[in-house]
Amino acid sequence: MSNTVGTEACLDTKALDEILGSIPDVGGDDLVPILQQVQKAYGYLPKPILMTVSERTGIAAARIFGVATFYEQFHLEPHGRHTVRCCRGTACHVRGGPGIIEAIKQALGVEPGETTEDMRFTFETVACLGTCFLAPVIMVNNDYFGNLNARKIKSILERYT
Amino acid sequence: MTELGIKRFSSLVELEGMREKLLNSRSASAKSIHVCTGPGCVAKGSFKLYEIFCAAVEGAGSDVQVQAKCVGCHGFCERGPIVVIEPGGIFYQRVEEPDVAEIFRETVLGGRVVERLLYEDPNTGKKVEKANEIPFYKVQERIALSGNGLLDPTEISDYIAEGGYTALAKVLSPMTPEEVISEVELSGLRGRGGGGFPTGRKWRSCRQAEGSPKYVICNGDEGDPGAFMDRCIMEGNPHSVIEGMLIGAYAIGSEHGYIYVRNEYPLSVERLKNAVAQAKELGLVGETILGSSFSFDIRINRGGGAFVCGESTALMASLEGRPGEPRAKYVHTVESGFRGKPTNLNNVETWANIPHIINRGGKWFAGIGTEKSKGTKVFSLVGNVVNTGLVEVPMGITMRRIIDEIGGGIRDGKRFKAVQTGGPSGGCIPAEHLDARVDFEELTKLGSMMGSGGMIVMDEETCMVRVAKYFTDFLQKESCGKCTPCREGLAQMLYILDRITDGEGQVGDIERLEELGGLLEGTALCALGKTAANPVISTIRYFRDEYDAHILDGRCPAKECRGLFRYEIDPEACNGCGICLKNCPADAITGEKKVPHVINQEKCTLCGTCWEKCPFTAVLKV
Repeated sequence: MSNTVGTEACLDTKALDEILGSIPDVGGDDLVPILQQVQKAYGYLPKPILMTVSERTGIAAARIFGVATFYEQFHLEPHGRHTVRCCRGTACHVRGGPGIIEAIKQALGVEPGETTEDMRFTFETVACLGTCFLAPVIMVNNDYFGNLNARKIKSILERYT
Repeated sequence: MTELGIKRFSSLVELEGMREKLLNSRSASAKSIHVCTGPGCVAKGSFKLYEIFCAAVEGAGSDVQVQAKCVGCHGFCERGPIVVIEPGGIFYQRVEEPDVAEIFRETVLGGRVVERLLYEDPNTGKKVEKANEIPFYKVQERIALSGNGLLDPTEISDYIAEGGYTALAKVLSPMTPEEVISEVELSGLRGRGGGGFPTGRKWRSCRQAEGSPKYVICNGDEGDPGAFMDRCIMEGNPHSVIEGMLIGAYAIGSEHGYIYVRNEYPLSVERLKNAVAQAKELGLVGETILGSSFSFDIRINRGGGAFVCGESTALMASLEGRPGEPRAKYVHTVESGFRGKPTNLNNVETWANIPHIINRGGKWFAGIGTEKSKGTKVFSLVGNVVNTGLVEVPMGITMRRIIDEIGGGIRDGKRFKAVQTGGPSGGCIPAEHLDARVDFEELTKLGSMMGSGGMIVMDEETCMVRVAKYFTDFLQKESCGKCTPCREGLAQMLYILDRITDGEGQVGDIERLEELGGLLEGTALCALGKTAANPVISTIRYFRDEYDAHILDGRCPAKECRGLFRYEIDPEACNGCGICLKNCPADAITGEKKVPHVINQEKCTLCGTCWEKCPFTAVLKV
């Protein structure tokens, strides 16, 4: 999700037109897939676009915001160019995962869920990346880094500019 | 597929004919390179290996009969990336890019084995050539995973050639829906997602329920931390799930299916979408399947990243485009589920077992396992164990055999402390119960549960209070907030556990935790809340002394809770190199060069930097 788009561009509804156009008989059931596609196209869920979704589909704005804020996957603010996802699964926990989260916090100076000021990184924790044999593990964008210790974090992050 | 000359099947005979044609087209002497593309091997770069093998195959010229293919997870993730050369089943492990040329030259073209890439049996010190000779695989019995490591999950022709969709053909040939349900009932199959509800009985209730349309759902929202079984089935053998759903839909009388896949598994989504598209093209999914009057369509939905959506009613709410909040189950989902209609939901592994049960008979399946838990179960064996990976074992096997024989024991020569099963709703089982048999009832009796199949092994350096806190923290974050006991109760439990691990525990805290746990069990709305206290209750049950040490003595026996142990320098091991002194952020270490150093306990902030940096392990936790 590194294709962050500026505020003005968000108001361009061309991508939204395509998304809504591709779903026949759009209704409430389609809300999660719509939001997933909006996020893919715009990099996040811009509020004006969500209001347009509401107008066009008849789905109440309150419901859209309810869904958008319930699921971990959706974010209402732009993301950084790179996403660091640290696993907080059980296998990672017993192999030193908490130390990795600390090391990333220190290296980036942000808490989980936040984005660095220079928009370079967004830091997230996830329940489990499902790669427990690599524990402790992080993902930067689509790359896995496993069998980590706190010392390796800095050099990994340096590779992403 | 058109290049294989396969077109839409309009009858069972055509499917059979194609299978024969596919098998005949395979030359017995042709070599096949199976590159594992399970999540473990992919994370270690196996796609790149596959590309290099493909280039080697192309460069070898047309007179060499060889193909390279991506296959699903072999399970031995610890040793990935894995490459198997057929025929012969030569099993290469920890293959790296520079090894590809050697494997191709020696084994594929020359028929010789590359010794150094074989697995070495740690017990005998001997190199092992074939997978089934490796202790990790010997004890296993693979049904749900049988296609993994064998099939190219992106090619329906591979699945068909290996006997895929024969169970569907058998059902449509025809068995009555009643006969199908009876067969599944006879097998004794119970839900593999965690609940363990008898699958056949669920199907029967859904069939008998009034209302239409009826829906069939596959729960692929594998959220338990430490579990990746369903992922490996969806990515390694997606057609087995689709075939299972087709059979279930036929038995129940449904025409609409959904597969709900966890958002974190993009490859699962891709492979399933591809598989459904291929099956549609061949007339195995869609209208009038194989020329019969049975029609069934499958849609794939991606989850939104909420753990609670693994709960069936929350999953259905999510499919309806609402927040994934569970509802009370006074009315069962088989009567009123998705869109208020009769809905049958089963987990990925459950569906993947169905084609085998139909093909080989319910009686055969019931012959495996224990009295009340039939068949096999896939576990993801992870944590502080030597051989991490995916294992499928017959029900009734002891935990000890799984951990010692398959898992190869504890890492780094440490001692076993506990094994955690059942995900965040499960519990920790200590050493004295390692001979317990893996069985739904047995695990529940021990205060844990079967769950979806995560099995996390913990060694002596794992603090059990912290483990309990970890799960409580996890569940508190994932609680949807709808019911008060779960929302507020977990927050209170976490508050108490935080206090204990910070060394500020109070006498009576254990009892308070037990009381809150009982409250959750009795009053929470859904299974997430009802079982949320299990990790706390089970660790209190088996490791009460650790709680006491934290609360009464201000000491963490596993030396994991900061502040509840000290760092000291072992004067025997320290050679005064000065690395700790230089790195200490609190200037708490003193000592001359080449003379053992000392930590000033008053200045020490217990950050652990010296312990991490010391190259001679002279810094001790005491």
